[in-house]
Amino acid sequence: MSRRARFVLFAISAVGAAGLLAWAFAGLPEFGDYQGRYGRIVAASAVPDRSATEAVAVTVFDYRALDTLGEEFILFVSVFGVLALLRIHRGERERGRAVGEGRRGPGPSESLRLAGRLLVAPVLLLGIYIVSHGHLTPGGGFQGGVVLGTAMFLLFLSAGYLAFKRVRPVSVVEAVEAGGAAGFALIGVGGLLLGAVFLENFISPGKSGLLTGGTIPLSNAAVGLEVAGALIMILSEFLDQRLLVRERSR
Amino acid sequence: MTTALQATILVLVAAGGLAVVVTREPAKQAAVSSIFGLLLAALFFSYQAPDVALSQIVVGSVAVPAMILLALAKVREGDREREGSGEEP
Repeated sequence: MSRRARFVLFAISAVGAAGLLAWAFAGLPEFGDYQGRYGRIVAASAVPDRSATEAVAVTVFDYRALDTLGEEFILFVSVFGVLALLRIHRGERERGRAVGEGRRGPGPSESLRLAGRLLVAPVLLLGIYIVSHGHLTPGGGFQGGVVLGTAMFLLFLSAGYLAFKRVRPVSVVEAVEAGGAAGFALIGVGGLLLGAVFLENFISPGKSGLLTGGTIPLSNAAVGLEVAGALIMILSEFLDQRLLVRERSR
Repeated sequence: MTTALQATILVLVAAGGLAVVVTREPAKQAAVSSIFGLLLAALFFSYQAPDVALSQIVVGSVAVPAMILLALAKVREGDREREGSGEEP
């Protein structure tokens, strides 16, 4: 097809697509016009049913907890995939040694170290807050878990790789990640044993305060641990790869 | 007032998306996409979706750029090593 013919084809289809788009946009509901019925039902029932003010968490960890369980295991399995791929690569690398010997990148600057040190504790606290208040305020296990993992990354930036490695024994992180994933599934089994169906909210939601929402805070904690563990494992595996040469040449 | 804020952020998001595409150097692109993620989070927040905004911050502004940077570092290391040892590419 010549250049000209291709352009004509493009022009015709672009005009057609623009026309269809304009037609579709004209039929859209007004800005801010919400038609979903499910959203209203959940928003109205979250507080009286579960004593949890965060309707999103009630949906994600209670009404539709099975979906979340599936998503959690997607993360779990993809971490395995990443680790498997990276570790194979490392084996290859270690055999063909003595290549990058003596090369050492510049360490983090003083200001970066200082900023990292100042931020580690607040970020850790923020992560714990987001996880523990997941059923009351926006946030929850997933977001808080990533924040917790980020705190470890800050530790690496401020204190260096060796300190990072000491704080992060692989076996413990692996146990935390697996425990978090298993914890959520076990909460589901608890619903089966103590309630009627898998992932049923079998703990009384309570009236007010931090410990409301029944199993929702527990699920948040489990997911938080799993996500934090997953992030730290991927991060440290990447760092191992990146810094293997550097560390050995020391 | 709210609409004006939303419109402003929408324009910023459009500009940010363009900036991500225009930046050609991958390491810089990771940083720009991190800022773009932050803009998106502001957009979600202005549309009263704080949960989505928080997820966007942790994934779009922290996790993904960090992974990109680490992956880039790894790829470059591999390239350099191959050049140094004269192995088959």
